[in-house]
Amino acid sequence: MTAHTFAYLSNDLVYSAMATLTLALLAFSAELAFGDRGRVARTSRLTVHRVPVAAAVGAGAAPVDVDTPDVAEPSEVDLPESTRSAKFGGIGFALTVLSFVLLLAAVVFRGLAAGRAPWGNMYEFSLASALVVTGAYVIAVWRRPVLRLLGVFIVVPVLLTLGLAVTVLYVDAGPLVPALKSYWLVIHVAAAIISGGIFTLGGAVTVLYLLQERWERRGISNSLSRRLPESEQLDRTAYRLFAFVFPLWTFAIVAGAIWAENAWGRYWGWDPKETWALVTWVVFAGYLHARATAGWKGRRAAMIALLGLSAFLFNYFGVNIFFTGLHSYGGLPNK
Amino acid sequence: MTVNPPMSETPENDDVLLESTTLSTQPAAVQPPSGFGPRSLLRWAWRQLTSMRTALLLLFLLALAAVPGSLLPQQGNAPADVADWISRHGALGRLFERLSLFHVYSSPWFAAVYLLLFVSLIGCVVPRTRLHWRALRSRPPASPRNLSRLPVTRSFTTTATPQEVLDAAHRSLRRRRFRVDRLVGSVAAEKGYFRETGNLVFHLALVALLVGVAIGALYGTRGSAIVVEGSGFANTVTRYDSFSAGPLANPQRLDPFSFTLNKFSASYQEGGKQNGAPRSFTADVTVQDSPTATPRSQVVQVNEPLVVGGTKVFLVGHGYAPVVTVRDGEGRVVFSDAVPFLPRDGMFTSTGVIKAPDARPTQLGFQGIFLPTASIDPVRGPLSTFPAANDPALFLSLWKGDLGLDTGAAQSVYRLDVSRMTRVGLEAMRPGESWTLPDGLGTITFDGIKQYAALSIAQDPGKGIALGSVVVAIAGLLLSLFVPRCRVWVRATADDEGTTLVEIGGLARTEAGGLESEVDALRSDLPDEAAPGAREPIEEYR
Repeated sequence: MTAHTFAYLSNDLVYSAMATLTLALLAFSAELAFGDRGRVARTSRLTVHRVPVAAAVGAGAAPVDVDTPDVAEPSEVDLPESTRSAKFGGIGFALTVLSFVLLLAAVVFRGLAAGRAPWGNMYEFSLASALVVTGAYVIAVWRRPVLRLLGVFIVVPVLLTLGLAVTVLYVDAGPLVPALKSYWLVIHVAAAIISGGIFTLGGAVTVLYLLQERWERRGISNSLSRRLPESEQLDRTAYRLFAFVFPLWTFAIVAGAIWAENAWGRYWGWDPKETWALVTWVVFAGYLHARATAGWKGRRAAMIALLGLSAFLFNYFGVNIFFTGLHSYGGLPNK
Repeated sequence: MTVNPPMSETPENDDVLLESTTLSTQPAAVQPPSGFGPRSLLRWAWRQLTSMRTALLLLFLLALAAVPGSLLPQQGNAPADVADWISRHGALGRLFERLSLFHVYSSPWFAAVYLLLFVSLIGCVVPRTRLHWRALRSRPPASPRNLSRLPVTRSFTTTATPQEVLDAAHRSLRRRRFRVDRLVGSVAAEKGYFRETGNLVFHLALVALLVGVAIGALYGTRGSAIVVEGSGFANTVTRYDSFSAGPLANPQRLDPFSFTLNKFSASYQEGGKQNGAPRSFTADVTVQDSPTATPRSQVVQVNEPLVVGGTKVFLVGHGYAPVVTVRDGEGRVVFSDAVPFLPRDGMFTSTGVIKAPDARPTQLGFQGIFLPTASIDPVRGPLSTFPAANDPALFLSLWKGDLGLDTGAAQSVYRLDVSRMTRVGLEAMRPGESWTLPDGLGTITFDGIKQYAALSIAQDPGKGIALGSVVVAIAGLLLSLFVPRCRVWVRATADDEGTTLVEIGGLARTEAGGLESEVDALRSDLPDEAAPGAREPIEEYR
């Protein structure tokens, strides 16, 4: 097959992934819409709740009481597989896994078509980011099945990213401008893409945490709140994601600085991209400190994390599109 | 096995349990000043500054302070845009200028934020280092009286003696790399000290990073130069087009190298959506590391700088330099050289100026547009359609009069001061063509085209320290985030029936998790029944 065929194949795969993701979104939405469990499901809870627990504990999850029946609070054990809504959720997840496979193939073929690491422009970066977010979600659900409920919050940003990519950002597969011909592209940008995926996932968990925390505080019970893990657990999951991604993001910035030193002669030049990467870093450093500070835990820390995620997203979309800097290599034709 | 409800009474061993909520060895909350004397006020101020809350605030201030520099043009990156912005916004522009908003990152207020942050950091890290040092050399805290209050607890009865149980616990915990202390009737253990070590190392490495950055700013130099094919560059201040040095750098003692640019080549994408996008730039140079060294050939590319001693030469741009010869009205050659033109768009529509101050009867000046691949746009005039020199043309407009060079004021080589000149002609030329100037002013010949390389030349003696610091910082960060720190206590009490009641209590001091499995593993190492033969007890009573 020629590079041309690979490029077309990659494009087709992206559209296929968008189709399956749209179906997944429908399924996830149906899961939420049909969320209220019937009486049958409610009574069957105790009989079903042990299976997912084993998986969750095995993954190093937080302590969950399995043996004492009086601790039957709806915790992460609530995935009544037999209900209609859960079926929709299962379908949504299966479609998301399929989308992940399609996206993976799309990225690989894009790389084969261009003959290099497939993240050399905004289009490819978006594709890779969508892949990482989807992949992070699949892994998260695999390790903690209850996180499947994040589906909508994951699929919507992924679809938006892909939509933007194929409509606005698309460029043909081709070689790179000289500034990007460096193995640091592979290292720096890969670290940035993976960080982006996990930031997004952490942000989605944080939104759920804020919702659940609010519902718990006000004693509100609804279809979503009943099936979400306790807020404390969501908070801990979000923390673990952010704690995992923070060193990776640090590394992404450092790798970028080393590359910048090699390409432009200075490791830090306050280019808008660099500035916003640092702003993101500083805000997440604030988040980690807030977690350890009395009075800042919980809701406030979560707001800080969302602020950090906004800085990251602004850096990703805003800086490339609105600013002219050394990182404006979107590959878009000049106006 | 139970998950405990939140503690409702004051626990017996307060400090042990309290620490679990703060997750750190951070000193207690700030008290208001106890008096109004300058000493107590100072103490209070210092405590305020080094509190976590202040650190948080300063972190946000830093993030916030960094933002305007990305929204407004900055003097360091785009001086022309700054001037343009100020002139377009009038009073607002001048106000912003006074507020240092056009050089945010070297402004006093930005420096104030990060210096305060670092003072706060040092004020926080130094006492914590002392505490940690003490903790490293002391025994784990003694067992709380009531182990069942701890977040993770197990209890069981065994026919083994308390001695046997505690011995087994001691061995098991040792094997799990706990620091173990044997007490009367119980064992206390703690592990994960590397977490705080990593935390402290990370913060100290940030201080070292700041030192590295400061050394670079104080002793570093950087500058730029344009070197045309066939000509050379010697690393002295006078040869730079722009040069800046740190206040403690010595510009007279730059690395004494020189090089000649033999050839510059570029290739571009042809056709498609990215038509004209650059694909490769290569500069072939001959370098002499010092005036006495033997010359060596090297290829400089983007991402592959020329390295001589501590100095690096980076290829940051390129352009065209038309070669022209000007003869004046008396037939004398008054100018003959390659003139670097500055590219104005991605297709290298370039502009430049030729000045012939020695021409007679009057001084001559030319404003030029160079097009590597020429076309005439009906609206925008002469425009290049491709960056390679496929169909080059030079458009010149001729000015005569006073170039204004005699006033002594510095003048840009890229601009013509036409305030005392008049325009007398316009001509399009191809390479090799000559133009006989009107009014007997002379002739100009477009001899050919050379390319030039725009180079950035920098030396930064602090970058090694900066790099080392961030590597150490990341290592410390990984330890501080992923090493779980926890404490475990085991108490064994003989009861009336001749059996032993064993209680295990675990306290995670971090959110890293894994305590449950740690405690379970310990539990499975403890004997459920008496051993056939008594083991040697471990003699380590406090």
